[in-house]
Amino acid sequence: MNNDKEKNKPENKGDESREIIDDVTGGEYKYGFTTDIDTDIIPTGLNEDVIRLISTKKGEPEWLLDFRLKAYRHWLTLEMPKWAHLDIPPIDYQAISYYAAPRKKEGPKSLDEVDPQLLDTFNRLGIPLQEQKALAGMAVDAVMDSVSVKTTHREKLAELGIIFCSFSEAVKDYPDLVRRYLGSVVSYRDNFFAALNSAVFSDGSFVYIPKGVRCPMELSTYFRINASGTGQFERTLIVADDDAYVSYLEGCTAPMRDENQLHAAIVEIVVEDRAEVKYSTVQNWYAGDKDGKGGVYNFVTKRGLCRGDYSKLSWTQVETGSAITWKYPSCVLAGEGSVGEFYSVAVTRNRQQADTGTKMIHTGRRTRSTIVSKGISAGHSQNSYRGLVKIAPKADGCRNYTQCDSLLLSSTCGAHTFPYIDVMNDTAIVEHEATTSKISEEQLFYCNQRGIPTEEAVALIVNGYAKEVMNKLPMEFAVEAQKLLQITLEGSVG
Amino acid sequence: MSDILLNIKNLHASVDGKEILKGINLTVRPGEVHAIMGPNGSGKSTLSEVLAGNPAFSVSEGEVDFHGKELLALSPEDRSHEGLFLSFQYPVEIPGVSMVNFMRAAVNAKRKYFNEPPMSAGDFLKLMRQKRAIVELDNKLASRSVNEGFSGGEKKRNEIFQMAVLEPRLAILDETDSGLDIDALRVVAGGVNKLKNERNATIVITHYQRLLDYIKPDFVHVLYKGRIVRTGGPELALELEEKGYDWIKEDNR
Repeated sequence: MNNDKEKNKPENKGDESREIIDDVTGGEYKYGFTTDIDTDIIPTGLNEDVIRLISTKKGEPEWLLDFRLKAYRHWLTLEMPKWAHLDIPPIDYQAISYYAAPRKKEGPKSLDEVDPQLLDTFNRLGIPLQEQKALAGMAVDAVMDSVSVKTTHREKLAELGIIFCSFSEAVKDYPDLVRRYLGSVVSYRDNFFAALNSAVFSDGSFVYIPKGVRCPMELSTYFRINASGTGQFERTLIVADDDAYVSYLEGCTAPMRDENQLHAAIVEIVVEDRAEVKYSTVQNWYAGDKDGKGGVYNFVTKRGLCRGDYSKLSWTQVETGSAITWKYPSCVLAGEGSVGEFYSVAVTRNRQQADTGTKMIHTGRRTRSTIVSKGISAGHSQNSYRGLVKIAPKADGCRNYTQCDSLLLSSTCGAHTFPYIDVMNDTAIVEHEATTSKISEEQLFYCNQRGIPTEEAVALIVNGYAKEVMNKLPMEFAVEAQKLLQITLEGSVG
Repeated sequence: MSDILLNIKNLHASVDGKEILKGINLTVRPGEVHAIMGPNGSGKSTLSEVLAGNPAFSVSEGEVDFHGKELLALSPEDRSHEGLFLSFQYPVEIPGVSMVNFMRAAVNAKRKYFNEPPMSAGDFLKLMRQKRAIVELDNKLASRSVNEGFSGGEKKRNEIFQMAVLEPRLAILDETDSGLDIDALRVVAGGVNKLKNERNATIVITHYQRLLDYIKPDFVHVLYKGRIVRTGGPELALELEEKGYDWIKEDNR
C-alpha cells in the first residue's frame, strides 16, 4: 500500500511552493558588482572645510559656496525626522565621505577620454554611452558616485535649444538659470535631508526645455554608487518653460556591500504655463541581504512646482530597491487648472522598509490631482503609504482622487496607510479609496489548474495588480520594470 | 490497461480534518460521459477538487490512475499538462491579468512540459480566435481581466473556452449549469459537445437533470455521504428528477 506516501501529498504541495518562494525571494541582485577604478575620494567627515573642498574641487562660484554653507549651518540646527514608520539605525554623518569621483583627465569632452572601465561599467548596467551605440530615442546622463561621467545626445538636443547636462556643467555654463531656480522648489530649510543635500550635493542632471519645445526623446539619468564608505547626494533640476514637454527617467543601482550607504537626493521641477513634465523612476538600489545587512538608505526629497496655468506634472515610480526608503514626490499646484499625478508601485521584501507616498498641495483654483499607490510587501518587510492632500482656502473647485492598494505576500510583513487630508475650501471634491489584499490560495490554485506553476502565477498576479501604474511608464522602461518586478518577487508568497 | 483513462480506487479525502470522501471507486474510459449527481454536501465538488490537486484537501487513502500515471503524485500543474481540466463552479477573478496573457502563460507552460518551444504570438492569437467561436465569446474577451466583471454566464463560457484551448483528455465540469439561464446553458453545453471525441472523456457534476438534456451521459452515478451509492444509465437521472434524492437517503440511512 502506498498510502503513507500519498497521505500528505496535497498538503506538501503548499510547503513545497513556499520553499520555492523562499528560495527565489532571496533572488540575487544582478547589479551588485563593483568597478575597481582609481577614485578620488576625500576623507570622511563633515564640516565647513569639507564643504569648501567640495566646492573648490568643482570650481564653483562664490554664491554657490554661500548657498552650501548656509544650508550646512541650518542643517546643524536640525534633527533627523522621526515621524516616518521606519526603524532607522543611527547614522554617523562623520563616518561618511562626501565626495568620490572616478579619477580622470580634464573633463571628458569626447568619448575617447572617458575611461574604458567606466564605459564598461555602464555597458554592464545596460546603459551604453558610446554615441553610436547609445540608446535610440533616449539621452542619458551617467552619474557615478559624485560626478557625471558622460551625457549622450547633447548636441542633437542643443539644436532645439534643450539643455541637458550634468549639474556641475550647468553651474559653469548656465549660472543664471541655475541660480534662478536652485532651491526655488525645495529650499535648504525644507527638511533635514534637504539641508544636508544642499550643503554637500555633488552632481546630478540639469534640464531646461525652452518655450514651445517638445523634447523629442526621453531624457534619462542613471545613478550609480560605486565607491564604498561614501554617500551619494545628487541634485536634479528640471525646468519646462511655457508650452514645453519632457519625459524624464531616472534609474539607480549600487554594489552589494555589508555597510549601509546613504543616498540623499533632491529633485526640483518647475513647470511653467501649459508645460508638461513626466518624471519616472525605477529605483533599484541595493536592498541589503536576506537578513537586512547592508543596503542603501534612500532619503530623497522630490518636488515639482506647477507654477504655470494649466501645467502638468506626473510622477511615476517603481520602487524595488533600498534597505530603507523615505520619499514623497510631491506637486505644488499653484497655476490655475494645473494637474498633478502620482503613480507608484513600491515593493518591499526581506527586511526592507519603505515609507513613501506623495503630497498634493492645491493652492491654485480648479487644480486636479490623482494618486494611485500600489504597495507590495513580502518577507518581513514594512511598507507604508503616506500621503497628504491639501486644499488651500482660496483654491476653488479642486479635485483629488486617491487610490491606495496594498498587496501582502506573507503573513510576517506589514502594510500601512497614512493618508492626511487637509481641506480648507468647501468646493473641493476629495476621494480616497483604499484596499488591502493577499494573493489568495484560490487564485494560485486556479492558475495551477490551468498549468501555470505557482512562481509564474505570482508574477502574473502581481504584474496584473501593478498594471495600472506600469502602464504609465515610458515604453523603454516598462519592459525593464516589469522584469525587475518579476525578478524581485518571483514566488514571494509565504 | 490502456483503454482506461481514469481509475479511482477507494479514494478517501478530507478537508480541515473532516472526512468528505469515504471510498470512491470510478472507472472512466475514453469517449465516455459520466454524470455525478447527488444532494448538496455529498462530496461532489470535493471529488473534483481532489482530482485536480487542490492543496486545501488531503487524501488519506486510495489510488488514482490517470492513463498510466499516478495522478495523486503529480502537482496540480502537471495534472493539467497531462490532460486534466476542471471547469470551476466559482471561477476566481484575477484583476489586471488579461485573458490573453493568462492563456498564453497556460499554453506555453504546457508546451514547456512537453519540451516544445513557446507558441508564436501570431499562432496564439489565431488559436484564441478559433476557440472563442466554440462558446460564442466576443473578441473583447482577450483584453479583459480573467473573470473580472464577468456575468455568471460569461464566467462559465470562459471556462469552456479555456477547456477548448487546452484540449484536455479528461474534463471535469463542476456544476457548470449553476447560475445559467437557458440560453447560456445551451451555449455552454453546445461547446462541451463540440469538444467531445473518442479520445477524451467528460465528468459532469450536477445537482439537476436539466444539464443532462444537453450533455448526454453514458453513465449516471449518485454520490451520497462520500460514496457512490448507485450507478446506472441516463434513466437514473430521470428517476432522480422525478423522485428527488429522498429515496436515496432512505436507502442509505
